[in-house]
Amino acid sequence: MNAVISVIGRDKVGIIARLSGICAENNVNINDITQKVLHDTFTMIMWVEIRETEKDFPALAKLLEDAGREMGLIVHVMHEDVFDAMHRI
Amino acid sequence: MLNPGDIIETIKMIDEEHLDIRTVTMGISLFDCVDRDPDAFCGRVYEKITRLAGTLVQTCDDIARSYGIPIINKRVAVTPVALVTPGYTEEEMVQVAKTLERAAVACGVNFVGGYSALVHKAATQSDLNLIRSLPRALKETSRVCSSINVATTKAGINLDAVGLMGEIIRACAECTAEEDSIGCAKLVVFANVPEDNPFMAGAFHGVGEGECVINVGVSGPGVVSSAIAKHPDANITEIADIVKKTAFKITRMGQMVASEACRRLNVPFGIVDLSLAPTPAVGDSVAHILEEMGLERCGTHGTTACLALLNDAVKKGGTMASAHVGGLSGAFIPVSEDAGMIRAAGEGVLTLDKLEAMTAVCSVGLDMIAIPGDTPASTIAAIIADEISIGVINNKTTAVRVIPAIGKGVGDRVSFGGLLGEAPVMPVHRESSEKFIRRGGRIPAPIHSLRN
Repeated sequence: MNAVISVIGRDKVGIIARLSGICAENNVNINDITQKVLHDTFTMIMWVEIRETEKDFPALAKLLEDAGREMGLIVHVMHEDVFDAMHRI
Repeated sequence: MLNPGDIIETIKMIDEEHLDIRTVTMGISLFDCVDRDPDAFCGRVYEKITRLAGTLVQTCDDIARSYGIPIINKRVAVTPVALVTPGYTEEEMVQVAKTLERAAVACGVNFVGGYSALVHKAATQSDLNLIRSLPRALKETSRVCSSINVATTKAGINLDAVGLMGEIIRACAECTAEEDSIGCAKLVVFANVPEDNPFMAGAFHGVGEGECVINVGVSGPGVVSSAIAKHPDANITEIADIVKKTAFKITRMGQMVASEACRRLNVPFGIVDLSLAPTPAVGDSVAHILEEMGLERCGTHGTTACLALLNDAVKKGGTMASAHVGGLSGAFIPVSEDAGMIRAAGEGVLTLDKLEAMTAVCSVGLDMIAIPGDTPASTIAAIIADEISIGVINNKTTAVRVIPAIGKGVGDRVSFGGLLGEAPVMPVHRESSEKFIRRGGRIPAPIHSLRN
């Protein structure tokens, strides 16, 4: 399944390293990343593909969201179908 | 590839603007449970509900977690009970209500609807016994909801039933007086009741439905309100367009959740109900949408026009987003469940008469309105008769859910907690309608040509 990870918060060193590390450990492949820093605010959207993994999707989402919280960031992990349903006819 | 702006918009809707799936309601037919013996019937009802809806809550919670979309309520609706309880006494009817309550508790659903009767032309003995059992049934259960259909455009208005419901609503209020008359919050009187409505208190599984079905109610007044707020200088045509687009997005989410729930539960999909259902939470109010359109306060002149536009645009946007649309579809205006309505009613800007006018152009009717505890039964019946007439003449659904606040008067408040909210007691006219209601009989069905 495909998911979208969005990250917003104050910029600091190691955000991508930390989150992509968690993805790698859980067999999550990153298909695309768009990222910008505007006036110290870090924004990033990652399109990922979740392959065979020991953790179920909600557990994986929580792991990423908790890691974000520790770094003072707001992280959302949502199923790609939600965005497709809403924004594509 | 999805546009980052669209992604942020969706996340904001859920995080900040209270977008959620308001209810996933499983409709269950009870026709195959019928038995003259109430014990046998109740046994089958309990078995069938717990078998079909046993995993409803868990499935919906899994979907909510997988997709990151809150699903607030999980509910069950059954065949109108008076149709499947041949000749049961009042006592036996109460036993059925308690069985529904036990099944609801076992399944973990917060409400079960369908303790209902359809008496738009006339009542059978079962209908009457069920209606007379309501004060006890609603006092002795907390999750059972009831709806009584007293009129249709094709049959006219059963004024005898309207008069009886005035008395029953008073009796329900008195029975649950210590809990701010909460019994009345679980009882709604309808005209032209829909058979596939997923929202309580009016949900039941209609006679034309199949064995089991999933109906979904979406929500999102906060999303519509924020969308309008972003365009302070838009003209009203542009506002209608903004509402349509927003309703489309909200409904697509509902359709996706409905399809997924049906797939996982292996139950056919019924309808998506395109309703804007408010909650008492700040920023989740239909009144605030109307105020965002340019009214100083909901209830002032212009309210009916703004609501008409909102209601119509929600339907236009939502219809294209869903495979099947049904239920009550439109904007809800329950006073106690909407922070903006509560304020407007408390300030005296929003009155019962204005609410009645508003119901002519929007979904449902006089909903969750607290009235003085000493309001006579005949006045309650007359309030019902007025509201029901609007539905019958205009070929639409209307309903009444009023709460006589026993021991309280204008200026006091009632509080139900949770999604049912709180409400100021609103004044009603003191002049009697007793003689009109006492006449009884049936108001003939209206003619549908010469439309003026």
